[in-house]
Amino acid sequence: MTDKRTITLTVNGQRHTREVETRMHLADFLRRELRLTGTHLGCEHGVCGACTVLLDGEAVRSCILFAVQAHGCDVITTEGLAAPDGTFSVLQQAFWEKHGLQCGFCTPGMLTTLTAFLRETPDPTEEQVRDAISGNLCRCTGYATIVEAALSAARRLRGEG
Amino acid sequence: MGSRNIGSSVKRIEDPAILRGRGRFVDDIALPGMLEVAFVRSSEAHARIRGIDIAAAAGLPGVVAVLTFNDLGSSRMVQANPHPLLKQNITQYPLARHEVCYVGETIAMVVAENRYIAEDAAQLVAVDYEPLPAVIDVLEAAKPGAPRAHLDSPDNLVARIPWKFGDPDAAFAGADHVFRSRYTQHRGGCHSIECRGVVAIHDELSEQLTVYSSTQSQYLVQRFLAAYTGRPEAKIRVVAPDVGGGFGPKCAHYPEELALALAAPKLGRPLKWIEDRREHFIATTQTRDQVWDVEVAATRDGKVLALRGRGVHDHGAYVPYGLLLPLGSVVNYPGPYEIKSMDMAIDVVFTNAVPTSPIRGAGRPFANFILERSMDCVARNLKLDRAEVRRRNFIRSEQMPYSTGGKLPNGNPVMFDSGDYQACLDMALQASGYAGFGERRAEARTRGRLLGIGISSYNEDTGIAPHEGAHVRVFSSGKIVVTTGAGAIGQGMKTVLAQIVADELGANPADVQVEAGDTAAFPMGMSTAGSRNTVTAGSAAHLAARQVRDKALRFAAEAMEAHESDLEILEGAVRVKGIPDKHLPLAEIARRLMGFVNVPNPIGFTPGLDATAYHSPERPVYANGTNIAVVEIEPQTGHTRVVDYFVAHDCGRIINPVLVDGQIVGGVAHGISNVLFERMIYDRDSGQPQTTNYGEYLLLTAPDMPRMHLQHMETPSPWNPIGVKGAGEGGTIPCLATVVSAVEDALSDYGVTVNEYPLSPERIVELMEARRSANDRPG
Repeated sequence: MTDKRTITLTVNGQRHTREVETRMHLADFLRRELRLTGTHLGCEHGVCGACTVLLDGEAVRSCILFAVQAHGCDVITTEGLAAPDGTFSVLQQAFWEKHGLQCGFCTPGMLTTLTAFLRETPDPTEEQVRDAISGNLCRCTGYATIVEAALSAARRLRGEG
Repeated sequence: MGSRNIGSSVKRIEDPAILRGRGRFVDDIALPGMLEVAFVRSSEAHARIRGIDIAAAAGLPGVVAVLTFNDLGSSRMVQANPHPLLKQNITQYPLARHEVCYVGETIAMVVAENRYIAEDAAQLVAVDYEPLPAVIDVLEAAKPGAPRAHLDSPDNLVARIPWKFGDPDAAFAGADHVFRSRYTQHRGGCHSIECRGVVAIHDELSEQLTVYSSTQSQYLVQRFLAAYTGRPEAKIRVVAPDVGGGFGPKCAHYPEELALALAAPKLGRPLKWIEDRREHFIATTQTRDQVWDVEVAATRDGKVLALRGRGVHDHGAYVPYGLLLPLGSVVNYPGPYEIKSMDMAIDVVFTNAVPTSPIRGAGRPFANFILERSMDCVARNLKLDRAEVRRRNFIRSEQMPYSTGGKLPNGNPVMFDSGDYQACLDMALQASGYAGFGERRAEARTRGRLLGIGISSYNEDTGIAPHEGAHVRVFSSGKIVVTTGAGAIGQGMKTVLAQIVADELGANPADVQVEAGDTAAFPMGMSTAGSRNTVTAGSAAHLAARQVRDKALRFAAEAMEAHESDLEILEGAVRVKGIPDKHLPLAEIARRLMGFVNVPNPIGFTPGLDATAYHSPERPVYANGTNIAVVEIEPQTGHTRVVDYFVAHDCGRIINPVLVDGQIVGGVAHGISNVLFERMIYDRDSGQPQTTNYGEYLLLTAPDMPRMHLQHMETPSPWNPIGVKGAGEGGTIPCLATVVSAVEDALSDYGVTVNEYPLSPERIVELMEARRSANDRPG
């Protein structure tokens, strides 16, 4: 039950080596071991998407991934989205300007999911944005302003204002 | 002072920290020596506990304690909302005594070095149950001789709530038509994306108990903990940190909160419990079922004279929150209509399911549904247009303030302050193309789709009593700090208060710091519920800032030897109008009023540039509006989609338009989710909950949202100093009736009457087929 392994991974540009229980999920590792509490746990069964992080660039649910599976990987959490000097990413800025969050609990998952999505789909339709976040639950916003923020960020990333 | 900030979509001051992942939610708190808690919960809907074997759990390495009934409080929890109509005021024990009454009830508390170990150990606690008959169905529970949800109860009746005014008997006797309908409504659970959570810390030196809780009611939690433990309130600090959504259920006070507060001093280490999602399904209060049989008395012109109805409300297994939810579902009659007689009574009954409490709308959606379905029913039977029936029944703006005939709990008459209900309906009709909808419907038919349009109008009591307060202080740095007893639960209250205060003090909202949610920071507060914070705390912040402003002007007038009427506050300083050089910064005034050692205070001035104010509304203020939905149904599968949604809404003066829109759209999303997706299912025999994850229980997702079309009216309320009304629930309240009305309209070819929700695709097909086979039947 307390099987342990040593893992090394890079989180937000910083390398960490830790001994972890093999049963510890990645979200708990980030939150408990590294004290990166920006990653939120909403359901712990892989549906709500609040715990989404970028693992080697791909959006994954850190509550259904063991920390040991991230050995050797590059992880970006919501804390790692802004520039090193603290400047918001284009998407973060758009969330702020478009009122893309209310309670903010789903926000880290929305930001990471959409960061990966916009990289792959720089010129999305509204429908594509909605599909992209269809695995992220939000109880506050009705999603409208999140979709708006994503579309606005996409425009800005394409240099269209 | 003009309103530079009020009325503008100021970016939220709450957002930067959260966007950076630096919010502080309760699960983000980690303290040295902190232990973690897992609860052992009843696996039975109703059972006697014969014994609990904790030996194996207690022996697991890393387990610090396993606590059961005898280790904690021996009395039942405090009733949060006492009410004279409560016949059976049964609250839970923090840990069950000898009987459990729903699956999920707390039985034992495992405390361990971390949550992983605590959950391992919880599995090892063996509870010996003697199963008892359970009752889940609300209509069953209300029958004489039904299984009793509690062994010691005479029956399942918690309360019988009457709501009567006018002369209903005469109205029915004189009516041209009487229509009868049964309404079956089910709303699901809370489903804030953050579940509940508690951290309890006892400091031996100061004997101070600090409880961090993801709550909407920190002051009530403090009060109930004091009442239960006998510890003075001054030694109990309750803090609501960032709260990841409330929606009502986080207003209640819970067994876990009490259990941690009782155990922390005993164990001498900080304790933390974070609810997981499965626990949220079986331990956080829900809303669930209400069933009504209702008669409508109407004239041949479609004027509604009276409603008479009998309802049954599923209260769940305990009464954690008084009768607020069932009360909310009757006291809002007659809604926006001039219906002069009313006789609606509801029986509140126990079932062996999770206790219930208000969820967004707090009973009002149930009442709105019945009123609006009744309007549609009158229209259908009298072959009148649905909008026309509403027009004939509305309270008109020239009748404001309007007394309904009902009475508030304090005996005062229910009065609506202001609003133009017809104008909102007209706005929504126009925007939705209601008059020309036939063309759209015909076009959809060519694609094999059924299109329908639905209407619901509503009004809503907001800004409910008793009070909230705010303290505004200018520091010698010039920094303005607002502290309030009202809670910030994600709705943007800090930004709203900053806007209000900034306008009085010539500041930028970004420079106003707002502190909320901590009982140690402000003396008194009530609850973040009932769309009340902008009305109560907003008005209080305005009043306090006004006092600060007046004091600054008076001080500056003396200091600069000027008339107050020649002064204005701009950009952080009191200035003589027209003489830019002549000014005194607020920071300097604050510094002088804070005083200097051995120098007397300025004569005629109390110390400090600050003020405290409360707003204590005597009665609610009424927001209103009309919603119109367009739904599209695929007849083969029953798949139903809301494609367009129109809102015409009046919440009085708007402080921040984007935030109001956010509340409305979020509220509509909650309503659509209730109608088309959410159903908390229990096995009717065993009482086992069957939807305990998001695969089994569906929530609305981004592709399910319709195109939203929002319009506002601003009829300032005359009953508070800033003219505002609440906006937090107005999206949800009319939405259920709107969508169902549209579904019924879409199914008009089938002649189906829809008086229920949720409506799954299966249910839609069932309704269509039932009608088909009824038509096929000979004779």
